[in-house]
Amino acid sequence: MPEQSIDHIRRMIARHKLWDHIFAIVGILSLMVGILTLLALFTELAIEGAPRIGWKLFTSFPSRHPEKAGILSAWVGTTLIMLVTAASAVPLGVASAVYLEEYARKNWLTAIIEINVTNLAGVPSIVYGLLALGLFVYKLDFGQSILSAGLTLALLILPIVIVSAREAIRAVPGSIREAAYALGATKWQTVRDHVLPYSLGGILTGTIMGLSRAIGETAPVITIGALTFIAFLPQSPFSDVFPFVSFRWLMDPFTVMPIQMFNWTSRPEAAFQHNAAAAGVILLVMTLIMNGIAIYIRYRFRKRIKW
Amino acid sequence: MKISKLHLLLLVSLFTIYYSTFTVTAHAAVPVIKIDGSSTVYPITEAVAEEFQKEKRGSARVTVGISGTGGGFKKFCRGETDIQDASRPILTKEMEICKQAGIQYIELPVAYDALTVVINPKNDWIKSMTVAELKKIWEPAAQGKITKWNQVNPAWPDAPLNLFGAGSDSGTFDYFTEAIVGKAKSSRGDFTASEDDNVLVQGVSRDVNALGYFGYAYYAENTEKLKAVPIVEKEGKPAVSPSFETVMNGTYQPLARPIFIYINAKSVNKPEVKEFVEFYLKHAAKLVKEVQYVPIPEEDFKLVIEAFGKKKLGTGFGGVAEVGVLIKDLLKREGIY
Repeated sequence: MPEQSIDHIRRMIARHKLWDHIFAIVGILSLMVGILTLLALFTELAIEGAPRIGWKLFTSFPSRHPEKAGILSAWVGTTLIMLVTAASAVPLGVASAVYLEEYARKNWLTAIIEINVTNLAGVPSIVYGLLALGLFVYKLDFGQSILSAGLTLALLILPIVIVSAREAIRAVPGSIREAAYALGATKWQTVRDHVLPYSLGGILTGTIMGLSRAIGETAPVITIGALTFIAFLPQSPFSDVFPFVSFRWLMDPFTVMPIQMFNWTSRPEAAFQHNAAAAGVILLVMTLIMNGIAIYIRYRFRKRIKW
Repeated sequence: MKISKLHLLLLVSLFTIYYSTFTVTAHAAVPVIKIDGSSTVYPITEAVAEEFQKEKRGSARVTVGISGTGGGFKKFCRGETDIQDASRPILTKEMEICKQAGIQYIELPVAYDALTVVINPKNDWIKSMTVAELKKIWEPAAQGKITKWNQVNPAWPDAPLNLFGAGSDSGTFDYFTEAIVGKAKSSRGDFTASEDDNVLVQGVSRDVNALGYFGYAYYAENTEKLKAVPIVEKEGKPAVSPSFETVMNGTYQPLARPIFIYINAKSVNKPEVKEFVEFYLKHAAKLVKEVQYVPIPEEDFKLVIEAFGKKKLGTGFGGVAEVGVLIKDLLKREGIY
């Protein structure tokens, strides 16, 4: 009965193809749930905030008049804090990752450290805020400053940076290390000249992912004492006396974008809701730009490296 | 990724500069006036700070936070802030902490806030409510029992009673429960609570059977979506709606409350703080109205200005949140700290 069996096989193939299609549809629908929700949110924000988005929003300080109020102190604060966060989390995170991957012996102590690092990534951010309040603000006496906030967020994203840097380092083939050792290179020479340059793309991507999480954080920043109304900028990083650069801005009080947004949403005047929406759009765009940079960097580095 | 000696040198020198600049000269040249505390008082202080900085053209800086009255007092009694925004008077516990830290303060009422009981505009059975009726609704014993309008007053319909109120961390909640139930923080728990008053506005404006309360400013911005309930303080007294007039002439009782600023007595010696408070008092009447709070009548406000001039220390409340205190009586009291 060859005919019957061919028929049978054909039907089976048709059935399997049907399942193929069904799954594709289910997959697309699932994807849509996420994308459409985000899109709807963004569109609503954009429509509500559109009348307020403009140059003046970026160059004005907060005000009791919604049409005059802007996000100058908030975006400057957010940017400076991100700088401090990146400048402290990246060296620490990369050094830890290099140590764990290249130097540390694989024993139970390393295993415990590894598990803890991964766990730290899941600790609620408010816990970091409380830790930082005690450590940076009071113990080290940095006060309620940009420095404290930057270091707090650095702690928060450190696990993310470590984990992603380790993955990037692990992706460098062992043969490259062996080749370097064979030529008489030391461990550090191998890491400096080969492992780090090759994994830089992955490390930077992880860092920026961490930073885009930090940029939206509100709870830890409020805990260490971010302000709501602040109508002046931190001190300029340039000074007219030697050595012409100044880091005094590190100790200045600050506010950040999410706090400014939150304050506006809780105001009685409806016009402030437009401001909040506009600030929300800008915060989202800032995050998108950061993620865009991450993708671009990864692309550039992938292209350069050929094993 | 070659790190040359030059790079290293640069890095080291950068670090030296960094440390020398921020550890040696940690203090800004421009004086900063630090304010924190209640989010209810925030709009007024923000308005004053905005105008003050405009006038001073960068020669003084003001920062305002919203840690809440309780959170703010913690910082104030540690000496971290110069001025504290408070939607209720300082409590005994906070007075003790301040005393231990050697912090003395001047208590100044700056405006009135009228807690407003609101209903949906389509609600046609409520013309006014008595404090006794409100108590029957909000007291802890009502929890799970008073769930329909006609259980409070048989003249009202057999409709569900949906309640909206302030979150239990807010000064608004403390004052409302004190004024209506008779004991601060004593309230039923089965109502929609939010620290964000806009959530309550939305809730009441969408539900015919809703009843809620919050600060007057939120009602004033939403008069087309909400109806304010006239309050009868005691049997035989007329029903009074909240408004600037009824609060100022003292007839809107017991839900009108004064709100305060506390000034660290040591900070008053700093010229910029003294100047700021004087500016605050001088422009309070106009700015308070602008942000939809009720100004203190001129005559009483003269006493407030006088109290600051004399640096009258301590609180007139003695650590207890009283309801319905007149400002002129308050300022005549001996200050305790």
